[in-house]
Amino acid sequence: MDMKVAKKKLGLKEKYRLMTRDLGWEPTYRAKDEVFPYVNYEGIKVHDWDKWEDPFRLTMDSYWKYQAEKERKFYAIIDAHAQNNGHLNITDARYLSALKIFLQAISPGEYAAHKGFARVGREFPGVGTQVACQMQAIDEIRHAQTQIHALSNYNKYYDGFHAFADARDRIWYTSVARSFFDDAMSAGPFEFMIAIGFSFEYVLTNLLFVPFMSGAAYNGDMATVTFGFSAQSDEARHMTLGLECIKFMLEQDPDNLPIVQGWLDKWFWRGFRVLGLVSTMMDYMLPKRVMSWREAWEIYGVENGGALFKDLARYGVRPPKGWDDAEKAIDHMSHQFMLGLYQWSFGTSFHSWIPSDEDMDWLSAKYPTTFDKYYRPRWDHIRKLAVAGTPFKNFGLAKLCQTCQLPVVFTEPDDATMSCHRETEYKGEKYHFCSDGCQHIFDNEPEKYVQAWLPMPSLFQELNGDIGAWMNWVGLRDGEDNGDYSGSRDQRNFDQWRGMATSNT
Amino acid sequence: MQIDLRTVSIQPLRQTFDHLARRFGDKPASRYQEGGYDIQAAENLHYKPTWDPDQELYDAKITKIVMQDWYALKDPRQFYYSTYTLARARQQDATESNFAFVESRGLADMLPPAVRETALKLLVPLRHAAWGANQNNTLICGYGYSTIFTQPCMYHAMDNLGIAQYLSRLGLLLGDTEALDEGKAAWLEDSAWQPLRRYVEDTLVLRDPFEAFVAQNVALDGLLYPLVYARIVDDTLSAQGGSAVAMLTQFMTDWFDETKKWVDAVLKVAAAESDNNRAVLQDWIRAWSTRAASALLPVVEIALGAQADDAVGEQLADFRARIQKTGITL
Repeated sequence: MDMKVAKKKLGLKEKYRLMTRDLGWEPTYRAKDEVFPYVNYEGIKVHDWDKWEDPFRLTMDSYWKYQAEKERKFYAIIDAHAQNNGHLNITDARYLSALKIFLQAISPGEYAAHKGFARVGREFPGVGTQVACQMQAIDEIRHAQTQIHALSNYNKYYDGFHAFADARDRIWYTSVARSFFDDAMSAGPFEFMIAIGFSFEYVLTNLLFVPFMSGAAYNGDMATVTFGFSAQSDEARHMTLGLECIKFMLEQDPDNLPIVQGWLDKWFWRGFRVLGLVSTMMDYMLPKRVMSWREAWEIYGVENGGALFKDLARYGVRPPKGWDDAEKAIDHMSHQFMLGLYQWSFGTSFHSWIPSDEDMDWLSAKYPTTFDKYYRPRWDHIRKLAVAGTPFKNFGLAKLCQTCQLPVVFTEPDDATMSCHRETEYKGEKYHFCSDGCQHIFDNEPEKYVQAWLPMPSLFQELNGDIGAWMNWVGLRDGEDNGDYSGSRDQRNFDQWRGMATSNT
Repeated sequence: MQIDLRTVSIQPLRQTFDHLARRFGDKPASRYQEGGYDIQAAENLHYKPTWDPDQELYDAKITKIVMQDWYALKDPRQFYYSTYTLARARQQDATESNFAFVESRGLADMLPPAVRETALKLLVPLRHAAWGANQNNTLICGYGYSTIFTQPCMYHAMDNLGIAQYLSRLGLLLGDTEALDEGKAAWLEDSAWQPLRRYVEDTLVLRDPFEAFVAQNVALDGLLYPLVYARIVDDTLSAQGGSAVAMLTQFMTDWFDETKKWVDAVLKVAAAESDNNRAVLQDWIRAWSTRAASALLPVVEIALGAQADDAVGEQLADFRARIQKTGITL
């Protein structure tokens, strides 16, 4: 904290108290329930908001100063990147698929987090909590904007970026991330904090951002890696906020434990499913790989997560219910996912491809127990079809999970030869799920999840199966944005431009 | 003679994103445009809020104001996160110098006692009013519709917090922690502050984001800032030897001049949209500004005594003239 205050010797904590929570007061002209109407219905009991420990102490003057410094650097670098055709320094234009998914699915999530934190920054009756949430609200719009700005230059030269705003609301695979954030925002303020503040920002964020940003660094993407570095100190604040939040809830009343545990179970599994996209990026989409998804899970999931839940055990918290199923899925998910993406690549605003021999050798080395046994034969078969001029395309209707909205492409946790599929009947309708985790989430709140907007059925009902009309509607340009990378316009242009930049022909 | 450096020239495939090309044509978009237009989810929202199942997750219908395109409410400053923080970083630098100047030269101790007392009595309780403004702007950002309308409200909310913190520092500098305690006690109990506190608490229960915008940013702050910071601090107190106080509140004066351009632009576009909007805005502004004027009267009396009535009356006339220019007649 920068503020030079007080003739009396005030401690840092006391100074910060005067600059934040001392600003609030108990209303007397209006009832507290009127001012904070949403804080009670979830059943979380808070007896003393003053027990909230500020996770960081940052007054606005310091915030402006530090953030402006970071902004100056960030924009200087991305300006230079754009001016000097920095996009030609990436390893290969295949890399861009990861960025396209990021812009269509993750950046809108940053924006949703911005709105969500603005809401809880108003709804919590404790000033300390409010200020911390408000700072995250303004940080999150920063992240959404810096991401769009960093990727804007790629959009000028490559396909798949141009319709990200349409894709966000309409294309099938973005609804995985969209429904995740919509779910959190439609929950009450405390659940939102567990969902985004804790589960996403604390437990899962390293699994998302470290691979993405390291992937950018490994693949010569200066724009994205700059965003990543610039966001890091914000993320550190967000993580401490998430942790403080869960501890605060658990310390305030023992009755909060079962509610919080239920949310942890739910949001761990919800988040884990969203991360399926990251596993595919790490194992398949980076021309120069950082580490395998399995290795990332060992470090950021097992080690970090293990330590975290050990620390939380003193409050009676146990690791999330889906943890073991997650562990069992690690060696399979990226392969199952990429196979799915490849067969539905007519409907994706990014390219996928058949892994090369070298790629497949890497995958067998990283996944010795699964890749050669289950997935290499499938890729070999797909490659044969492609070579024969009859590439494997699935124009069929993918059955989507009612909860996580991924196509039901996963296998049973204990049997990789059995496709996993669960069903619940609710009020005379059948609902499908990809896993026990997703089925449990539905069963706990069926009234919520029956509302889910499922993009695939809508494609076939509203547009009568007219794929061309659907593509127009989602902003996907057939033959440019979608399909195999091999033979794509991105490939042709990148190779030609790079040739211009690196040789004299 | 200018020599252009040669770079490899590549023809771009397109100039901008589809949603911006639809609005502005296929030409390079500004960062304000990229960071604001259509970045809020608009369709196929998955679930109704459990906190209020009658609302949509992003719902333009929770306000009486109706806009065909909420993205029309453009901010003339074109603030997005970066330009906003850079602007405020410069201002905080100037404010820091001002505080340092006052402190290093002992100007606070040289203030005439009456001026110091007035400054403390008037300004310190306003840190709580600024916190109320923070609450309202956070709500508008959270529940309002369209990034172009809501992002400046988040910036505004953080400004409100910054102002509350500058006022706290001013209190500590001129009167130490006791000044903050006394200011809070006055805010909670002194009769001079009760109409204003009641006003603020009444705004805290508003759930129509646009009405909150009017009650806070248009009506209350539209009267409070020119009265307190321009008329009282910059004019009256300075004339009484209190220029040091004006140095400490320069941020607020500059901030109001800057932000009112945005507030006016929002009103102007919303009012021009329809007769219905104009009528709703007229009712709201009339009702809230009348209340704000009477709530501020006893506060202004702290500094201006018997002249407070005239000052508030004149300010209200100025305020009406300002609103008139947005196409709303009071």
